[in-house]
Amino acid sequence: MKVDSLLKQTCEWLKGTGPNSDIVMSSRVRLARNLADFPFSHWAAKKQQKETMDLLSEAAQSMEFLKNGLLVPMAEVDDVDKQFLLERHLISREHIVHPEYKAVMIGDKEVVSVMINEEDHLRVQVMQSGFNLQECWRIANRLDDSLHKRLKFAFSDEWGYLTACPTNAGTGLRASVMLHLPSLVMTKQITRVLQAITKLGMTARGLYGEGTEAEGNFFQISNQTTLGTAEEDVIDNLERIIRQVIGHEENARKTLMKQNRDLLQDKIWRSSGTLKSAHIINTKETLTLLSMVRLGVDMGLLADIDRRAVNELFILTQPAHLQKIEGKVLSSSQRDVKRANLIRRRLEGK
Amino acid sequence: MLCDECGKNKSTVHLTEIVNDQITKLNLCEICAKQKGADAEQHFGIADLLAALSDVEAQTPASAVGSTAVIAPKAKCQNCGLTYEDFKKVGRLGCSQCYTAFKASLTPLLKRIHGSNQHLGKTPNPEFTKEMKVSYKLHDELVAVRAELQKAVKREEFEEAASLRDKIKFLEKKIKEHKN
Repeated sequence: MKVDSLLKQTCEWLKGTGPNSDIVMSSRVRLARNLADFPFSHWAAKKQQKETMDLLSEAAQSMEFLKNGLLVPMAEVDDVDKQFLLERHLISREHIVHPEYKAVMIGDKEVVSVMINEEDHLRVQVMQSGFNLQECWRIANRLDDSLHKRLKFAFSDEWGYLTACPTNAGTGLRASVMLHLPSLVMTKQITRVLQAITKLGMTARGLYGEGTEAEGNFFQISNQTTLGTAEEDVIDNLERIIRQVIGHEENARKTLMKQNRDLLQDKIWRSSGTLKSAHIINTKETLTLLSMVRLGVDMGLLADIDRRAVNELFILTQPAHLQKIEGKVLSSSQRDVKRANLIRRRLEGK
Repeated sequence: MLCDECGKNKSTVHLTEIVNDQITKLNLCEICAKQKGADAEQHFGIADLLAALSDVEAQTPASAVGSTAVIAPKAKCQNCGLTYEDFKKVGRLGCSQCYTAFKASLTPLLKRIHGSNQHLGKTPNPEFTKEMKVSYKLHDELVAVRAELQKAVKREEFEEAASLRDKIKFLEKKIKEHKN
């Protein structure tokens, strides 16, 4: 299956490059759009769903940004492939549930992906490595401009772009930044920081979005509302808040180095030691230990490990990725063995 | 022990469910447990929250939320057939025209969710966008000139203040014209 071709490349959001990449894993902008003349996906009859899928697949394929892209109809891929796309953040959980007449168009570098017939007819998503929301918005906006030339979107002067769920109406824009905040967690400041963020109208969630735990000390921070603030201002506001959070994490790292250096080094070296020697390891333990190793790399305490290798491990050790690498379905206990193998090899630079 | 759900595989997950004070114990295999977990995740979602919000709105005096009409549960969108009751159940509208059909209830609901009732930002109509940009620019200029005026008054440079005041009047007039 063609989805396999993605396995050979690093997703944009895991490259470990871009501004502030020691703390910011990735930036993302998504736009929700609906066709004016069709019912929303969940309420459309099968025939209409097929029509919108055909119409939108064709439009997406004609986009300059998606020229060498990959169109994946969700009904044509198996469960492992679906999970694989989810782990790469190319589709949402919702896109997996009822795969009929749903598709995703993936740009060749995995910077752009467009979900078709998700909750909204179109969900355009743009990812960048590091802290780079402006660039995400610039690309999303231009892609959206070219979509406007071919499609008539549901829009009202009063409520902006109309979406299936009123919580997305207006700009239909959700901007989010994925942060790695181990020091704020270790110094027990994270709850306070997250509370402040919520008060300012932003949302904080875990690595895999809504309802997921903040595993591996990763937090996704995004804007909560979409009506009444222009796109540039939404992004500007979010950036200002993120910059503050980055500053707090930097300070916490300095404090740890100054006051608890032995403890910190012990944690980091033990984590690296376990990962380099374990023969059975589950996803959760992997994420926890990798988080410490990443911190060690970012603070210059683990000079022999490459950041990109660590970043890649965050995703390669996920269940569907492991099964794709092995080329077969594996049980949970088989995965724990394969996962440990893969980590040992990668951390030794093989 | 075999899985209670499929009866085929060995059960490895032991689940206790409490529904309406009824305790049920389930022994499940890995595959069935995953399915169960996925179901449980979907039990509580945005629809529940939206329904809660629209209930609050129904209990609030109409004048307080600025709406004059209350939508009957059976009210239907003429374009797609979705009823207001359907919307409250699933938390999603049926088509773009539902926004017009249920406007009386959506106006306070959107205000409650977003703190606003007026879209700002990109529009599919480039002419409209251009006009918005002009009006933004005029507005920004006005804010800047007002700040300058304050400084001038502080420095007691009344001649400059007078000319700035004229400029403000001019900008205010232009913005008014633009709005019309």
